[in-house]
Amino acid sequence: MDNILRFRDDGASEEPAVTLDSFFDQSNATAVRLEDGEDARQLIPYLDRLAMIEIGFSAFGDGRGYSAARILREHGYTGELRAQGDVLVDQLAFMRRCGFDSFAPEKPINAADAKKALARWEEVYQNAADGRKPIWSKRHE
Amino acid sequence: MYKYDSYDQQMVDTRVEEFRDQVERRIAGKLTEDQFKPLRLMNGLYLQLHAYMLRVAIPYGTLNGKQMRMLAHIARKYDRDYAHFTTRQNIQYNWIKLAETPDLLADLASVEMHAIQTSGNCIRNISSDQYAGAAADEVTDPRPYAELLRQWSSFHPEFSFLPRKFKFAVIASDEDRAAMRLHDIGIQIVRNGDGEIGARFYAGGGMGRTPMIAPLIRDFVPIGELVSYAEAILRVYNRYGRRDNKYKARIKILVHEMGAEEFIKEVEAEFTHLQGQNIDAPAAELERIIAHFEDPAFETGLSDEIDRSDPDFAIWLDQNVHAHKRPGYAIATISLKPVGGIPGDASSAQMDLMADLTEQYSFDECRVTHSQNIVLPHVRKADLYSLWQKLDEAGLASPNLDLISDIIACPGLDYCSLANARSIPVAQKIAKRFADIDRQKELGELKLKISGCINACGHHHAGHIGILGVDRKGTENYQLLLGGSGAEDVSLAKITGPGFTEDGIVDAIETVTDVYVAAREDGERFVDTYRRLGMDPFKEALYG
Amino acid sequence: MKILTGNDLKSGDVVWWTGYNWSRHVSDAIEVGDTVDQIIAREIAARTVNDCYTVDAERTDTGILPVHIKEKVRATGPTVRPDLKIAPPDPAAGNWVI
Repeated sequence: MDNILRFRDDGASEEPAVTLDSFFDQSNATAVRLEDGEDARQLIPYLDRLAMIEIGFSAFGDGRGYSAARILREHGYTGELRAQGDVLVDQLAFMRRCGFDSFAPEKPINAADAKKALARWEEVYQNAADGRKPIWSKRHE
Repeated sequence: MYKYDSYDQQMVDTRVEEFRDQVERRIAGKLTEDQFKPLRLMNGLYLQLHAYMLRVAIPYGTLNGKQMRMLAHIARKYDRDYAHFTTRQNIQYNWIKLAETPDLLADLASVEMHAIQTSGNCIRNISSDQYAGAAADEVTDPRPYAELLRQWSSFHPEFSFLPRKFKFAVIASDEDRAAMRLHDIGIQIVRNGDGEIGARFYAGGGMGRTPMIAPLIRDFVPIGELVSYAEAILRVYNRYGRRDNKYKARIKILVHEMGAEEFIKEVEAEFTHLQGQNIDAPAAELERIIAHFEDPAFETGLSDEIDRSDPDFAIWLDQNVHAHKRPGYAIATISLKPVGGIPGDASSAQMDLMADLTEQYSFDECRVTHSQNIVLPHVRKADLYSLWQKLDEAGLASPNLDLISDIIACPGLDYCSLANARSIPVAQKIAKRFADIDRQKELGELKLKISGCINACGHHHAGHIGILGVDRKGTENYQLLLGGSGAEDVSLAKITGPGFTEDGIVDAIETVTDVYVAAREDGERFVDTYRRLGMDPFKEALYG
Repeated sequence: MKILTGNDLKSGDVVWWTGYNWSRHVSDAIEVGDTVDQIIAREIAARTVNDCYTVDAERTDTGILPVHIKEKVRATGPTVRPDLKIAPPDPAAGNWVI
């Protein structure tokens, strides 16, 4: 667990994430893992009782997990949302915007590099899942 | 035209610094080429056949004089004194050094320009009508909507790793000068029965190896929901677009495989969901952007008279000048297709001159066209003659707009590592064969488009005559296609039969134009005759 | 014969392996043997070049040239800009590509 970058104040979920299939078999699990391309909307009825959803990135170029993350946040999920797999420092800022608040990169990311990458973009053009005010909103305050 | 505020400037400046950091990490070995490649591509930097190639975005093809002058400066300082205007209204530099790229980008940022998302599997630079704001037939200027989409799509957190690249075109007239339905998303700004502005959406068009014409997805999206509707389409594409095969990853394949009806159902469901997510900017933001595109201070009471006594000028006037929405003004096209030249290439001296003319004659605005020419959108009719004289002196007054020598050509094997055959020499030979301007005018509107490989950057599917270069056992071979169009009469060209050698294709062009001249009826363009007669007489003449 | 090529990391220039370093001129290329993978690994690690690969080449009267047209163009520059050509080893080099 050394490689996990976490941006939450609560304690990390201890429970291992189960696959989507086992989650549906085993109704008491509170941590689940979505692979690339698995439909995040299937989890919508269970968001209240989930403490952790892990989304796998088999390759950094496969961007389906970004949509999955936003969908979960847009439906009110407030638990931990973790990006696991081929997660690189140059993707962190986008992932944060889509609602990820923890990262388990396969190849460790240096914490200072992560901090720098996340601090770089002071302004954003869109509303997304991180609650940041887009430029178009600031322009008309 | 649009002017950055401090926010826009900050975004571009931040990108320059981010890229500077990424280049430093690459050169220091902290990033491997595999890791760096998607980062540099997201910033328009390719490793091409000879060197790094940088593609600079020209949003909706609009530039002011200062920006054009900066493009010239970059050609001189960082490249070999020239650059290439592309079929997506952008500009490419062919000989860029990686280590100098951050400084180059900083120079660009100083004139509100960038290379953001000019490559990579993200939303690319948004193209538009080169006559926007000047055309008599537009509902409104389409560029504010393109600008709204530009800002929304820049650094979009969800859509920066799409299955494949994604191209928008936005127009606002029934005449389509931007090949709108051959884009991933084509938007036509329209007015409904109640006089309200909205967006008609087409999705799933494209060229490449599987050309498709985008079907209509929605007839009218209220303008205040333009962005959330685009977001809905992108989300459906990001989730369901194929990622198993890069040749089947464009949205056109998804729309095709899903069927337009099912695709629309998915998009509408996503749109309904996103309507509650505060995606769209308020009306005040659109108004702010629209204000940037207000008409320049046109003079009134100008004469429409033009002195046509110089016969060479009169030829240019008839061919390269279009009607303007205001009396006393005209739209003038600067052809970058001199006979024997390289389509779309301009030297730094020519760019400097075009910058001067932009300032002097066109309210400090010019446009790049997808046909690789430059437009001065707002020229006083009284100034046309002196403008023409200056262009003529610089070799920029070829009177061939939309004629057979106004050839669209990709860089081809001379520059591009994807190409299978050269495009430019073929374009040059055809232009030379038909160099006589009277003969060209006799042939009338004839859009000839050449691609050096199946990726179709030269739009060969959309040519009245298209040429596709292929590699046949190690030698260049050229297939001939007929009957395409990228305009409002959009159609995909069909291949005639076996390909030709480089000289053979030039003869073949002459053969098909001879068939046309012999068979045409009054007022028919080449493509009209082809549509009336079908392929047979052309085939017969070509292959006997 | 096989020769080894790549692009200089910083400049992007097309370069050819000469046996001990990289040259802008294809005429300096040497035939690479079984050690090519080692050369590539070492040179990539040294961050001097990108995108290394071997190409088929032949000895012509005036020097070594790639066989395939794309690699010929790559080795000598755009055929439509003779002014930008890399000094060709063959004075008649203009002929074989056009």
